[in-house]
Amino acid sequence: MTFWPPSRPTLIVLIGAVLLLLLPPIAEALRQPFVISVATRVVILALVTVSLDLLIGFGGMVSLGHAAFFGAGAYATALLTQLAAAGKPLVWGWVPPVEGLAVWTIAIVVAALFGLVIGALALRTSGFNFIMITLAFAQMVLFLASLRELGGDDGLRIPVRNTVVGFSIESQTALYYVSLVALALYLFLCDRIVHSRFGLVLQAIAQNPRRAHALGYRVYSYRLVTFVIGAAGAGLAGALIANHARYVSPDLLMWTRSAEIMIMVILGGKGTLFGAVLGAAVLLLLEEFLIGLTEHWQVILGPILLVVVLTARRGLFGLLAGSRGGGGGHG
Amino acid sequence: MDFALFAEQILNGLQAGVTLFLTAAGLTLVFGIVGFINLNHGTLVMAGAYIAAKIATVTGSFWLGLAVAVPSVVVLGLLLETSVFRRLYHRDHLDQVLATFSLILFFNELARIVFGRLPYQIDKPALLAGAVHLFGDLYYPIYRLAVIGVGVAVAIGLWYLTAKTKLGMLIRAGSTHRNLVGALGVNVGRLFLAIFALGALLAGLAGAIIGPMQAVEVGMGENIIILALVVIVIGGVGSIRGALVASVFVGIAESLGRTLVPYLFEKVVDTSTVTFLSGMFASTSAYVILAAVLIVRPQGLFAGKV
Repeated sequence: MTFWPPSRPTLIVLIGAVLLLLLPPIAEALRQPFVISVATRVVILALVTVSLDLLIGFGGMVSLGHAAFFGAGAYATALLTQLAAAGKPLVWGWVPPVEGLAVWTIAIVVAALFGLVIGALALRTSGFNFIMITLAFAQMVLFLASLRELGGDDGLRIPVRNTVVGFSIESQTALYYVSLVALALYLFLCDRIVHSRFGLVLQAIAQNPRRAHALGYRVYSYRLVTFVIGAAGAGLAGALIANHARYVSPDLLMWTRSAEIMIMVILGGKGTLFGAVLGAAVLLLLEEFLIGLTEHWQVILGPILLVVVLTARRGLFGLLAGSRGGGGGHG
Repeated sequence: MDFALFAEQILNGLQAGVTLFLTAAGLTLVFGIVGFINLNHGTLVMAGAYIAAKIATVTGSFWLGLAVAVPSVVVLGLLLETSVFRRLYHRDHLDQVLATFSLILFFNELARIVFGRLPYQIDKPALLAGAVHLFGDLYYPIYRLAVIGVGVAVAIGLWYLTAKTKLGMLIRAGSTHRNLVGALGVNVGRLFLAIFALGALLAGLAGAIIGPMQAVEVGMGENIIILALVVIVIGGVGSIRGALVASVFVGIAESLGRTLVPYLFEKVVDTSTVTFLSGMFASTSAYVILAAVLIVRPQGLFAGKV
């Protein structure tokens, strides 16, 4: 792959990366620091959207339960950090550290384990039934999160943010850059995956599972591995959102959140990975704008989204990047 | 637990099951024949409930509310079919889910604007108020028995429709060989519209009759639709009898979970664990059943049988 002159999609990604990198100093200069907080949310939701795009756009797995993994990562982070702050042991006298790299790794592992169990069962089905069984499992995880032991409907407050390699991320800007690094790393990982041999097989399976099976590929295993990688990404996003809000509640796992993430994937363009960032940004900013406009903002948002789904087959990234919008899918 | 209490829970479950069936039947018909996932179906139930409750509150007549709500919902369903859903039939499941989800956002907010934020509570009609003595200590609300009766009547009606009429023949044919039905010269567009009208009718009916039993509020449609979707997958999408069996099964499982679990476990474990267990059974039994069924039989219980 030659890097110069850059292709149009590469150029868009580069411009986007520069804008995201420069956002905090610009916001500070314009004395609009709250922009950084909104941008952090955008970056974190972009991360979870990328992870769902990996499933939908490349694996052909339309999961309507992705919020479960997001929530699992967030709750794991909240619980561990609460214990760490209070100096209480989790098990066998082991007190969790405040260090994010440790806590978030556990959060990712927890989300991945949820993904492994749910994926192993749900991937026995396909099509409509797969959509419904992932929704059903997410509702079960939602029930777990609503337990009184986990704060019930009130959720859990987190006294301190995690540290990253010993550095504090209490400042909004620090958390923003940490989230951006997480997003960049996960995007890099997914980009490598979808362009690898594994990713090509995965896309072949999405297009025609029967043919892939006949060619000797273990369809189920490829899908399950991808499902777990997606769940892990959502778990990392969950860990970050817990730090951002310093609060987790069952709201994070509602099925409407799964649908919202799905809309971000479609809006950005499924099967484009980088488009997910655009989708998350546009939907969140649109919501922020409409909320400022009227308390009945959803009555406007609904029809807008409907038109988007009906018309924008290739998503925003496809529009911007021209004819070759990216990898898999057939949209 | 004595037998009367047990029987009461079975009846409660049956009643919850048949109201669920009214929603699920339309949903499974539309999915089975049209191949369209309509998350927005719950909105029709909500619309029926709101219209019936509003009219009952203003005029004091439950029956007038019922009489206006059901045709209004059918009209709403037909409008949706012709304006939006038609464009989605040939799209993939993902687009259908998202488009109908967008409509949920719109209609929920619209309901908030039109009917306000406060939930509606309406009285049972005088004719069906009070309770009837069944046996022993068991007195059961007449209204709930009537709801069970409506559910049974609808189930029989749907059986007659699918098994004995021309439309039913097309429905059965369409559920397995959609393209062939069109190729044989049937006006598929009109068949789809008729199925949609039928689904909307049942949804409107469900909404109107659950009004006196629960608060009519924004979001009620979502709770119903998720459960109804679960039920049609358990039953096998496209199968009305599957939807009936699964609805009743889920209704009874939830009802028994709520009461039987505390009874069985209260002597074994402490109170908070009992609350946890009964809450778990009540809120997750449908999903556990779904997961179990799909793992054993990924296509659902009655797949391929209307």
